[in-house]
Amino acid sequence: MQPTGETAARSWTAAVRLGVLESLGMPTVMLAASFLGFGSLVRGSGASLWAGLASTASTWALPGQIVQFELYGAGASLLAVGLAVWLTNARLLPMVVTLAPLIRDDRMPRWRYYAVAHLIALTGWVIAMKRGPELPRSERLPYFLGFTGSLFAVSLVATAIGFELAGTLPKPVTTGLMFLNPVYFMLMFMDVRHRSWVLALAVGAVLGPLLHRVDADWGLLVTGVLGGSLAFAGDRWWRRWRGGAAGRIRS
Amino acid sequence: MTDSLLWLTVLVGALTTYFWRALGVALSGRMDPAGALFEWVGCVAYALLAGLVARMILLPIGVLQATPLSHRIIASAVACAVFFLTRRSVLLGVGAGVGTLILLAAGVLPFV
Repeated sequence: MQPTGETAARSWTAAVRLGVLESLGMPTVMLAASFLGFGSLVRGSGASLWAGLASTASTWALPGQIVQFELYGAGASLLAVGLAVWLTNARLLPMVVTLAPLIRDDRMPRWRYYAVAHLIALTGWVIAMKRGPELPRSERLPYFLGFTGSLFAVSLVATAIGFELAGTLPKPVTTGLMFLNPVYFMLMFMDVRHRSWVLALAVGAVLGPLLHRVDADWGLLVTGVLGGSLAFAGDRWWRRWRGGAAGRIRS
Repeated sequence: MTDSLLWLTVLVGALTTYFWRALGVALSGRMDPAGALFEWVGCVAYALLAGLVARMILLPIGVLQATPLSHRIIASAVACAVFFLTRRSVLLGVGAGVGTLILLAAGVLPFV
């Protein structure tokens, strides 16, 4: 286990603190603004503050939560809401599968990963995928817990504030808050370097809207599997023809 | 009645979401992180996320639907441009993109 760029591995507490510190600033601002928008959406849909807070705490995956309350507000059936959230959050499966080996700590009982997995969501995942390989293995899990735990708390507070502010904010501000999420995610993906994954981002961005037009329920899932497979195959093909070094994943 | 439907909705949202996370943990122990299968799963995750983000910008739901497509595309382009011009500052890039959309919506920027 080589600590990279550090003189010695930090203690568990120090690694948690590092995660909290790195979550302050840009990620906190982004999550706070996103969940302000979500809080006002909850109120607009006619739901209660407690339902909004319960959703943030128990679902902890914003795109699915937005879909959920938009559909609830529109009077969709429970089955339709459940199916939509289920499909929107299918992305969590490959995300958990890729992040889990990176932050695995063999000293920890395996069942605890079922609790840790609840905290895996987009921002924490993107940052941990980038920072994880740079940290010694023993620091990765506490770093992730500190980083995400801090964002989790901020999001709950922001949900409540957004709910209370709803209706008082001018319309352009509400529009801006809703636009913030996709733009933020888009820029985060600009840091992905591994070639097959860059290819997957490009193919997914093209296929996503197209397949959504074809079928709003299943389009996203097909985008992931089809687009991801195309990118994977394209990368293999490129490697064979150019004979370049395999883009080995750092882990 | 409405209240119990609301809470059922929250419960269903939480359970359907956790389903994927638990399945992810169950499957993750059986994969080699340097192997081809792992790389393919990563491809699927990134393609799915990029598809979701592109859809949120191009075919949004909710209040964003009221903004013209051209505004959202211009604002996204401004976000990317500022991001690269400021040595990859996500904060400045997002601020510029969201600011552009708000100004366009308010009619302050007249070019579209």
